[in-house]
Amino acid sequence: MDTSLIQQYTAKDFKSDQYVRWCPGCGDYAVLNTLQKVMAELGVPPHETAVISGIGCSSRLPYYISGYGFHSIHGRGAAVATGVKVANPKLTVWQITGDGDCLAIGGNHFIHSVRRNVDINVLLFNNQIYGLTKGQYSPTTKKGYVTKSSPFGTIERPFRPAELTFGARGTFFGRLLDVDLKSSAMTMLAAAKHKGTSVVETLVNCVIFNDGAHSWLSEKETRYDRIVILEHGKPMIFGKNSDKGLVLDGFNLKVVTMGENGVTENDILVHDAHCEDTTLQMKLALMEGPEFPVAIGVIRDVEAESYDEAMTNQISEIQAKAKIKTFDDLIDSCEQWEM
Amino acid sequence: MNNTKSTELENVVVRFTGDSGDGMQLTGTLFSNLSAILGNEISTFPDFPSEIRAPQGTVGGVSGFQVHLGASKIYTPGDEADVLVAMNPAALKVNADGIKKGGVIIFDEDSFKKSDFDKAGFKTENPFEELNISDTIQLIPAPLSTLTQSSLEGFDMDNKTILRSKNMFALGLICWLFNRPIDQAIHFLQNKFGKKPGILEANVKVLTDGFNYGNNLHLSISTYTVEKSHELPKGKYTSISGNKATAWGLIAASKKAGLDLFLGSYPITPATDIMQELVLRKDLGVKVVQAEDEIAGITIALGASFAGELAATSTSGPGLALKSEAIGLAVMAELPIVIVDVMRGGPSTGLPTKTEQTDLLQALYGRNGESPVVVIAASTPADSFHFAYMASKIALEHMTPVILLTDAFIGNGTSLWKLPKLAELPEIKPNYPQSGMEGLKVTARDEVSKVRYWSIPGIDGFAHRNGGLEKDYTTGAISTDPLNHQKMVDTRKRKIDYISNLLPELKIEGDENADLLVVGWGTTHGHLMTAVNALNKNGEKVGLLHFNYINPLPKNTEQLIKKFKKIVVCELNSGQFANYLRSKVPGEYLQYNKVQGQPFTVTELEEHFASLLK
Repeated sequence: MDTSLIQQYTAKDFKSDQYVRWCPGCGDYAVLNTLQKVMAELGVPPHETAVISGIGCSSRLPYYISGYGFHSIHGRGAAVATGVKVANPKLTVWQITGDGDCLAIGGNHFIHSVRRNVDINVLLFNNQIYGLTKGQYSPTTKKGYVTKSSPFGTIERPFRPAELTFGARGTFFGRLLDVDLKSSAMTMLAAAKHKGTSVVETLVNCVIFNDGAHSWLSEKETRYDRIVILEHGKPMIFGKNSDKGLVLDGFNLKVVTMGENGVTENDILVHDAHCEDTTLQMKLALMEGPEFPVAIGVIRDVEAESYDEAMTNQISEIQAKAKIKTFDDLIDSCEQWEM
Repeated sequence: MNNTKSTELENVVVRFTGDSGDGMQLTGTLFSNLSAILGNEISTFPDFPSEIRAPQGTVGGVSGFQVHLGASKIYTPGDEADVLVAMNPAALKVNADGIKKGGVIIFDEDSFKKSDFDKAGFKTENPFEELNISDTIQLIPAPLSTLTQSSLEGFDMDNKTILRSKNMFALGLICWLFNRPIDQAIHFLQNKFGKKPGILEANVKVLTDGFNYGNNLHLSISTYTVEKSHELPKGKYTSISGNKATAWGLIAASKKAGLDLFLGSYPITPATDIMQELVLRKDLGVKVVQAEDEIAGITIALGASFAGELAATSTSGPGLALKSEAIGLAVMAELPIVIVDVMRGGPSTGLPTKTEQTDLLQALYGRNGESPVVVIAASTPADSFHFAYMASKIALEHMTPVILLTDAFIGNGTSLWKLPKLAELPEIKPNYPQSGMEGLKVTARDEVSKVRYWSIPGIDGFAHRNGGLEKDYTTGAISTDPLNHQKMVDTRKRKIDYISNLLPELKIEGDENADLLVVGWGTTHGHLMTAVNALNKNGEKVGLLHFNYINPLPKNTEQLIKKFKKIVVCELNSGQFANYLRSKVPGEYLQYNKVQGQPFTVTELEEHFASLLK
């Protein structure tokens, strides 16, 4: 194979000329940098990359990528991205959205794009707060949390994005933590390679309005005791010393320590992201501390025909046997008479 | 031998009415099509309830289909019916006001029994007297159910299926009444039921028996003849509904522009037929996404527009309201999209199956910020094709959303349409950047027309970021600079205003030196024209100025309007276009308005214009 024909990209090729204007310390910077690296690694040229967003802090991201970008209106990114992908399936389409944009005003478009399985890669930036409007609670804000619009604590039960994705029959769900770069890149790359809607819950820190929302996970000292990085076909081992793991205990998951009570690596569950059944994947996706580590990485990744592919195929099949091939054929086909 | 005489008529109106399950729409369609084949001008209008199946025999479930046939130019489906077919007393009750004096009522005797009168809310067993029409009409009673049953005796069909064919008996009778050979109707039935030979055979048998029944009645009633029209340009014609014509206009434009057509839409009465027509056309590469809601309908389409296809969305008033923000995005992002609003009675859910022109101001102004768009209105079912085509052409060539207004009346109604060839239609040339222009900014535009260049994702050298935030005129980067914002607002307006240079000039129809100028727009043209013609025939000096291009207005609008002293603006709303005209061409305008969910009647217009001329 002549490798000189393969264009090699670097992250720099995906940087636009625009100055990035998020708050200093915002988690979005790390995600942007990782995304640009992943785009380079994917090898899809910038002009065949389309980045679509709604409204919110994270939705500014398309301005910072050198490909084609569309910063649309609040909540509608999933719908716009659907149109782009169905119109031109050759494009690699990313949708950038936040917890308010995606799960409040855009909830309907989110579940329906997931249900249709349009081949788009959704980075759902979840900082559990409205940042651009300066600090109101979002659909993922923890119950009881005090924000500008919940001065006495929210009384709302939050969404868990994984449940929505699974409920909408999603074919891909992953999660990443802004500060954990290696697993972030791995998860984004898998999302991009997945055919269909890939939902990546992107845990980001809002340094101004909700600082530390994910700090329990992200603290460097304790991070690997508190997250488990899932990879298909690999045992669910975690811990700073890689000595902890997950096992089934009846219908539930349980954290065990290898070497204690006779537990060995062979007892640890092996992750099956390709399993059609969502039962175990759901349990993994919903794990919370302090009892459990939070699952990072690719939690679900199953194959199914994508909507854009189905549309293209149906049109080709019909065209192959159609009598009407041109507009004039259509006119000729109607009941007509000479006057 | 039949001894009935035949009366020759210039035009005639037939209304088929019955339960919404009685097949009146099909009967009416077949009758109008076969009349058109015989050379008549036609115009039709279906009038159905929003309930799919209201209780049988009640006034809530009455469905109607009106056909107007002419030996000369006709513009409307007609006001009052010369002939009413009433399948039950409820249908009679709903339509009693709409029958001409001396008109004919054909009714199903089998469905005119005590229990039927009760269901329709009649107090006596003589509905004609109760409705006070027994002296002014001629009756043709026919036991349609019994006759249909005996016609299909020996057929292997259950009674319910047999009775579903009684509309064909009525059609046979009507064909006899109008001296229409039934061969053509049989040909239509063959096309429709070709795959179901049993049903076809039954329908043909009942149709033929219905015709013969009329022929053998020896009725003392006059049959009618409507001669061929000689006013139409020679050529091939079909009968087409406004919704279908709109769909086909979009397809034609996409083919002419060398693009795929992409529709994002959500079902809504009375616009759904556009989506259903387009989804049939996968053979022509049309992509239709039935969206999760109205907002997704337009935003999915807008994504396709960004990606380089001819994008459209179809809706009605409530849906247009939901699409407002996305239309604003299309204004700001300067992306082409056609928004078809098949107007219905409002506000809110309003009168979903009825017609109005009440969305005009919503179309013109119903968005936040300064957001001018092109607004076009079609006048007839057939010219919906032309205006859908032009809406697409303007959207693509001027990088702007275009709102095309039709309505329930022309969307569902049909008229004769001279079949076009793609080659005869005007060129569509979007403003694509040329090679050598790589690195072009998103706001780069033609400095005369102000039209932005359309760079399509997938092409190397033209990657850009678009969006709903204000952009710098030169660099295309997001900008909140005060003077730049003013410049961009002015530029977007100038881009729309420039289009007026390319629009056909308006012409006065009727008397050019009129004492009274009638002004209308969109769907009312037929009624206004008919009324103006009638008054002109009587020697009255009346002219008609009719608008299809609403924003921008054609260039000679002011010049024409200033010629007239007395002007009356007629529309199916409370004066939206009149007020719009006042803002564009200040002056004194009388108004004639109707908001009843129904079209004008020619009679009421004539009377009103005559009163203004006194």
